[in-house]
Amino acid sequence: MPLFPMYERIDIMSELLKIEGLSASAEDTEILHGVTLGVGEGETHVIMGHNGAGKSTLGSVIMGSPEYRITDGRIFFGGEDITELSTDKRAKLGLFISFQNPIEIPGITLAEFLRNALEEVTGKRMKLWDFKKKLYAAMELLEMDKSYADRDLNVGFSGGEKKKSEILQLLILEPKLAILDETDSGLDVDAVKTVSKGIEEYKKRTGGALIVITHNTKILEALTVDRTHILSAGKIAAEGGAELVDEVIENGFERFSGKE
Amino acid sequence: MEKKTQVIEVDRSRYDFRYEEDESEYLESGLTPEIVKAISEEKNDPEWMREFRLRSLETYLRTPMVNWGPEISGLDVDKIVTYIRQKSRMNTDWNEVPEDIKETFEKLGIPQAERESLAGVGAQYDSELVYHNVREEVAQSGVVYTDLESAMHDPVYAEIIKKHFMKLVPPTDHKFAALHGAVWSGGSFVYVPKTVHLEIPLQSYFRLNAKGAGQFEHTLIILEEGAYLHFIEGCSAPKYYEAALHAGCVELYVGKGAKLRYSTIENWSKNMYNLNTKRALVEEGGTIEWVSGSFGSHVSYLYPMSILNGRNARAEFTGITFAGEGQNLDTGAKIIHNAPDTSSYMSTKSISKSGGVSTFRSAVVVKENAHGSKSSVNCESLMLDRISRSDTVPVMDIRTKHCDIGHEAKIGRISDETVFYLMSRGLSEEQARAMIVRGFADNVSKELPLEYAVEMNNLIGLEMNGSIG
Repeated sequence: MPLFPMYERIDIMSELLKIEGLSASAEDTEILHGVTLGVGEGETHVIMGHNGAGKSTLGSVIMGSPEYRITDGRIFFGGEDITELSTDKRAKLGLFISFQNPIEIPGITLAEFLRNALEEVTGKRMKLWDFKKKLYAAMELLEMDKSYADRDLNVGFSGGEKKKSEILQLLILEPKLAILDETDSGLDVDAVKTVSKGIEEYKKRTGGALIVITHNTKILEALTVDRTHILSAGKIAAEGGAELVDEVIENGFERFSGKE
Repeated sequence: MEKKTQVIEVDRSRYDFRYEEDESEYLESGLTPEIVKAISEEKNDPEWMREFRLRSLETYLRTPMVNWGPEISGLDVDKIVTYIRQKSRMNTDWNEVPEDIKETFEKLGIPQAERESLAGVGAQYDSELVYHNVREEVAQSGVVYTDLESAMHDPVYAEIIKKHFMKLVPPTDHKFAALHGAVWSGGSFVYVPKTVHLEIPLQSYFRLNAKGAGQFEHTLIILEEGAYLHFIEGCSAPKYYEAALHAGCVELYVGKGAKLRYSTIENWSKNMYNLNTKRALVEEGGTIEWVSGSFGSHVSYLYPMSILNGRNARAEFTGITFAGEGQNLDTGAKIIHNAPDTSSYMSTKSISKSGGVSTFRSAVVVKENAHGSKSSVNCESLMLDRISRSDTVPVMDIRTKHCDIGHEAKIGRISDETVFYLMSRGLSEEQARAMIVRGFADNVSKELPLEYAVEMNNLIGLEMNGSIG
């Protein structure tokens, strides 16, 4: 028990996202073992690590995926304990995740879906005209053809188009914190550039925070990285500033994994 | 146009209200030659029809009960009231319709729809049509839209009816076709002359108000060469505890190069046994398009059949079935390719929820002479929980090598991953599921006139309401 619980609370509130000793399992296998992490408002954090280190799991658990069970620890967002909160309520508080594998929803158009989602997160229904203007402007930035607005959500989209569709959602929903789960994976150089432009615009316009899960530096080029976390076997193995990214790119994870 | 995207909560009372009926209006329940003669008397049948009814009754009595589909032992036909006398004669002036009946249809939005978007309307209340009207210009083009009873006494149409009535669906077809032949009442007769195109639809609305009763309306539509018609059929009934029976019959004759679109949104109450028979005969170069939404009833057996009888005849069937708690809906379609170069396309969706059972049953028959024909059958089912059930029974009977037949079936559930994806954008679990179901049904709602698409979305919303936890 902390001696002065009030002070403890104030400390938590100074950070937008605070993860404390988080352990999580999928089925009966524990994947995260006591992860502690804090992201301040407007900060950009990078999470790197081997495949299978638990990076995507961490992102999904922050968003409240039903696939994982939290076995220990707490998650706070904006000072509120969200450990038990349903995913939609987290989204309403301003959390967002760009999926590594976006889901296809037949019969619901991208525009229709996004207008509903926007209404849910803001509590207001935007006029159709205003919404379309906003949507088309964001699509133009992402070099998406307008016709995608009337196509079924992600159905038949290429890998690159799906990622753009995720960033489009980010631009429309304007969350306080966005987790980008390998948004750059599987994209060619031009597509990474376009997607990065979208992410930059989000930062510029909303001043929102980012957690970027990635293997590459390309997507980070336009961003100012505040903090880097190396995840290894479900634990934070190292932390540092932007320089840590370069070190990993150069030398790999050897130093952190202790295995090789 | 922006589509309806919100799940609007529908007040079920829109369908559930009912009026007390006057006991004296009932004919005795049960099936005897006396009852059938009494119905025939009431309706002032011509002699041939009276005999037809009595022969059908004999057929009915010696035909065994259906034994291959959903359980219908809860239906005791002897307890069903087959005919209810009407308080007033059929009207063409809405103001003449009795007050309570008028109010019923007004609550269902029928007169409003007529004013706004229909070329003609028929409204049946229990056993008889209470209202029938077509727009002046439609009548002038030679289109006939009236009740069968008066058409049978018309010097011009009497013969046509005699020639076509229950020829596509003979009383010997199955037990409930025989029952229909004996006690049928109400329904519509539509005749569209050669090359006449009706740009706006005609609509019939069937309302079964009385409890423990049956509705046996007969719809006979004849399209002459090159004609076009969109006919819409809506049905509903308030909820009673006694079983009710709907054994209607629809016979559609599509002439050379003619095109008929037949849309149905069926929302019978969940004590209804819906044993309806629909059949279309399509001549050379003609097209039948069925759009069918089945939401209501306790048990349904419904497989509209298209007989492609001339070269290049086409059939398209788009259907959706939504089976909730206590519902066993056995639906599908049949296509008979009986001429060369005919084509058929079937696309159905079925949804089952809260223990509901939904069965898709189809038959595609390609006769020896139907070389060069094409058929594509596609059915998708969605089960919303672990206690619901979905079956697919596709039958193909192909008698020629020279045809192109495709079949695709998918059965699935809503994955947690999909729900998570939508919830991560701020939609509640219930909203997420409703959105997925609406998306699933989208290809059907696209086929419906706008008001009906909205209605269908509302029905889905209603069914999905409170589906979580």
